[in-house]
Amino acid sequence: MTDKPKKELAVAALASGTVIDHIPSSQLFKCAKILGIESLDTHVTIGNNLDSHRLGKKGIIKVADVFFPEETLNRIALIAPSANINIIKDYVVTEKHQVELPDNIVGIVRCGNPKCITNNEPMKTRFEVVDRNDVTIKCHYCGQVVKSGDALID
Amino acid sequence: MSNLVSIDDISREEILDLIERARYFEEHPNHKVLDGKVVATLFFEPSTRTRLSFETAVNRLGGRVIGFSDAGTTSTSKGETLKDTIKMVSNYVDLIIMRHYLEGAARYATEVTDTPIINAGDGANQHPSQTMLDLYSISKTQGKLNDLTITMVGDLKYGRTVHSLLMAMRYFNPTFNFVACDELRMPKEYKDFCDANGIKYTEHTEFSEEVINQTDILYMTRVQRERFTDIMEYEKVKNLYTLHNDMLANSKPNLRVLHPLPRVNEIDRDVDDNPKAYYFDQARNGLFARQAIICKALGIDIYKENN
Repeated sequence: MTDKPKKELAVAALASGTVIDHIPSSQLFKCAKILGIESLDTHVTIGNNLDSHRLGKKGIIKVADVFFPEETLNRIALIAPSANINIIKDYVVTEKHQVELPDNIVGIVRCGNPKCITNNEPMKTRFEVVDRNDVTIKCHYCGQVVKSGDALID
Repeated sequence: MSNLVSIDDISREEILDLIERARYFEEHPNHKVLDGKVVATLFFEPSTRTRLSFETAVNRLGGRVIGFSDAGTTSTSKGETLKDTIKMVSNYVDLIIMRHYLEGAARYATEVTDTPIINAGDGANQHPSQTMLDLYSISKTQGKLNDLTITMVGDLKYGRTVHSLLMAMRYFNPTFNFVACDELRMPKEYKDFCDANGIKYTEHTEFSEEVINQTDILYMTRVQRERFTDIMEYEKVKNLYTLHNDMLANSKPNLRVLHPLPRVNEIDRDVDDNPKAYYFDQARNGLFARQAIICKALGIDIYKENN
């Protein structure tokens, strides 16, 4: 590193860790919740309302020294199907891919139906993807269908 | 051993098999294949009609029944979870028949026990034995399930029975007429379902003889006051979807009128004596359909054991 003042944010140079990019601005904090950012003790940078060609405004999350299980990352697809994952090791992007929606989503999403068993019994929720294009999911128990962008995230 | 939670879980072949079995039980209603078996009827929500029908079915099959008819008398009222209740009862019985006010309760019950579960209604969600008795009634009166014109009248928005029947009929190339006021129209998701499955349907706000006269099965439902946000609207439409005997004057000879019961005023009493009125026989068919469902859930080969 030189002494010259940097115009870019320091976080651009993540030595090692995970960058989740191209998150729609409206979904950024839900993403942070899914990843459990709140309980991490490594460097975390969250940016929002950044300019994006694809999305207009986007959010980004950079987490140093943490590599999330694929399963956790794919849960982001629920609310941000456009999100990109960059795995960085030794300043080099070693892996770059889009999140992929799992067929079943266990936990995380709360059913919007107050009369659903999952809202009245100590148990995990379960949703099945019914439409991948507009990311619609269906409660495995009561059958209520919701667009996942509107889903209640626990 | 198998569960019956939702009519969507069962295939065309299974539906036809259940109808065959129901027909068999109609001929042999006291076929004692449940000798030595104990069945639980857990009614977390009261439903006298359904419970009596299931309990009669078990009794006629020679099994024994334990259970409760109201959650108020059980430890549910002390805060016991559904999981614990199901696990406890599973220790005692061969089969659980349950009704619950929460949607998805029966599905969840199947995940916490290996004892087979029959869903006798979970909130506004599923009530597959009702659908089976409807299918059996249709098959019995029409001699077939294929290529029928079914007219559904009344509350098509909240009516659980019409939704389940619609979905179960997808295997049999039906034509539907949906007759309802604007407020109680068939929801979009079911019309999308029809489109996706190539099912023909038309929608009407007027309950006309023109529609009745092309119908094979006239499926009436109750229009409930509490479904309306605007009470004036209810007052306006409540008598528009009532069937009177003279409306059947030019209907097809094979037409039958079905209704899941209880009826209030959507079928005039003057229809009751018309041979086309089938709703009381329909309720009786529920017994045979439930006998069939119980034996299937327990994996009992009814034909083999009949000697």
